[in-house]
Amino acid sequence: MLRRTFLLATAAVVGLASAAMAQNGPVKVGFIYVGPKNDGGWSQHHHEAAMEMADYYGDKVELIEQESVPEGADAERVLTQMALSGANIIFTTSFGYMDPTINVAKKFPKVKFEHATGYKTAENVGVYSARFYEGRAVQGYLAGKMTKTNKVGYIASFPIPEVIRGINSSYIAAKKVNPDIQFSVIWAYTWFDPAKESDAAQALIEQGADVILQHTDSTAPQAAAQKAGNVYTFGQASDMAEFAPMPRISSIIDVWAPYYISRVGAVIDGTWVSDNTWDGIGAGMVGIGEISSAVPEDVKAEAEALKEEIATGAYHPFTGPLNKQDGSVWLAEGEIADDGTLAGMNFYVEGLTGDIPQ
Amino acid sequence: MDLSSINWLLLLASLMVAATPILLAGIGELVTERAGVLNLGVEGMMITGAICGFAVATQTGSATLGYLAAALGGAAMSMLFGFLTQFLLSNQVATGLALTLFGLGFSALIGQSFVGVQGIRVEDLNLGPLADIPVLGPVLFQHDAMVYISLLLVAGVWLFLTRTRGGLILRAVGENHDAAHALGYKVVRIRLMAIAFGGACAGLGGAYLSLVRVPQWTQGMTAGAGWIALALVVFASWRPWRVLIGAYLFGGLTVLQLNLQAAGLKVPVEYLAMSPYLITIFVLVIISGRSRASIGAPATLGQSFHATT
Repeated sequence: MLRRTFLLATAAVVGLASAAMAQNGPVKVGFIYVGPKNDGGWSQHHHEAAMEMADYYGDKVELIEQESVPEGADAERVLTQMALSGANIIFTTSFGYMDPTINVAKKFPKVKFEHATGYKTAENVGVYSARFYEGRAVQGYLAGKMTKTNKVGYIASFPIPEVIRGINSSYIAAKKVNPDIQFSVIWAYTWFDPAKESDAAQALIEQGADVILQHTDSTAPQAAAQKAGNVYTFGQASDMAEFAPMPRISSIIDVWAPYYISRVGAVIDGTWVSDNTWDGIGAGMVGIGEISSAVPEDVKAEAEALKEEIATGAYHPFTGPLNKQDGSVWLAEGEIADDGTLAGMNFYVEGLTGDIPQ
Repeated sequence: MDLSSINWLLLLASLMVAATPILLAGIGELVTERAGVLNLGVEGMMITGAICGFAVATQTGSATLGYLAAALGGAAMSMLFGFLTQFLLSNQVATGLALTLFGLGFSALIGQSFVGVQGIRVEDLNLGPLADIPVLGPVLFQHDAMVYISLLLVAGVWLFLTRTRGGLILRAVGENHDAAHALGYKVVRIRLMAIAFGGACAGLGGAYLSLVRVPQWTQGMTAGAGWIALALVVFASWRPWRVLIGAYLFGGLTVLQLNLQAAGLKVPVEYLAMSPYLITIFVLVIISGRSRASIGAPATLGQSFHATT
């Protein structure tokens, strides 16, 4: 008990000290990544956005980064260390850092935290995420148009709302243009494991899928598709342009840099308050990578029109009539899903087969 | 669930590919253990082989050179273990574990500039008319060369251990090093050769992952394959052909697991994912009831040898 009090006191003192320092020295900005910062996908993109932010502010900020931090207890240790070393704001860039972030934030009330893709906030914890499902709708449209076998493979990571939303969104869009479409979902239970992702892509291709969507971060599925030949894929989190024009026919790109610049700016000015940001294509947080030459011109034009409609808000990827997988009515004709339901989505829409693992 | 959507022929074909890394590492470890040395560093040697092979193959564009470098890298790692355990007589279990940890860190260090680099393309071996045989052709005869080399290696090891004088000496060293020493055999030298062979095989297995199966380099990409290879040797009760059966069984389970998921099986995937490990534990439990000799474990496995006279 004594030791805990001591730790808390130390933490508080250091926290205070670092807050006091912020006025004079550079603002210390911490980032933790779930994969290596050159993974070619999710983590690399956060890292590059962080670098852009650091370049923007020059010597006004000091960047500290930690890569390949496992989600869970290790994350808590790393975060504590970062906070103790005087970080003013820490960005935790994976869903699984949610509870560690909240726990550490309690111990360091003066340090600001920003957690990506989560939903738990506190006075010093803000959350931010991108409406990837908007990009998924464009991918689903392309998948529905491009497939010849009417079988689409989906490499999912973990059964969390973020991933389920992506599956639903792409399925709805694909079904619209291709009523015979079928989705096969493999749960890989990892964000980044090239060997497993490659095997999963292989299994899907062997079962006749000729379009592979992935919600995992490595380029291994792209390599597997390239080897197989007539299979289309999409870049995830970053452009993965090295696999264009085939198999990669488009991608979803996360654009984090403007957000990082504005949030760190708020810390420098002392105007930072906890927020809950959820932006999409319209606000520029989600980008659609170039649709490659493997896609026919008219399909490409329609996909871009769809993207525009989503960006302006004229069309919402989750517009009724939509039923849940069990056939019960979810959205009536013309009804649009509310953010609350989307944020906690834990069901498939009608037409998808298989169960979501619990 | 729709099992008809699984293409069983392609499943069998990818089973052979999925099993090759653990088969290579397993057969190497089998020789090491038959010489009485327990090297738990298979994972470390595999991952070192993976990065050495990937680095050389992408630089030179030649898969053959890549495999060669992988074998050398794995053997070099195993010599570190050999030196520590055979000359300095360190504990084999602890040294082997250290080798795994060292290999994982070391490979990540030298692999830093190779993350995200596109691998080379390894062509399938052209077996001419054999590849066109219906059913058997796509399953057995449309793979890259390393798949067949691994099979030849199993046959070679079996021949060597059971049909040659060299194999007899190696087994003698593993069964009773004092007696072998008294007969005039150089126990340490023979063991070092066995360790090097095990390291080279593990390196090849790792390179197969980074050159063919994935083909990419990422930190920690062996993801426990080395441990499966170790379990495999026990599962096989130290017999070469059983290593082959075990490797294809485990390789098959990993591939089947993903295929069943894609087909929409209702069984929770976690059970399928842990099935290889469960089977190993099951086999361990069964054989542990019997005496050491009847299950085929080399009698001096894991013991240090020091010539007193």
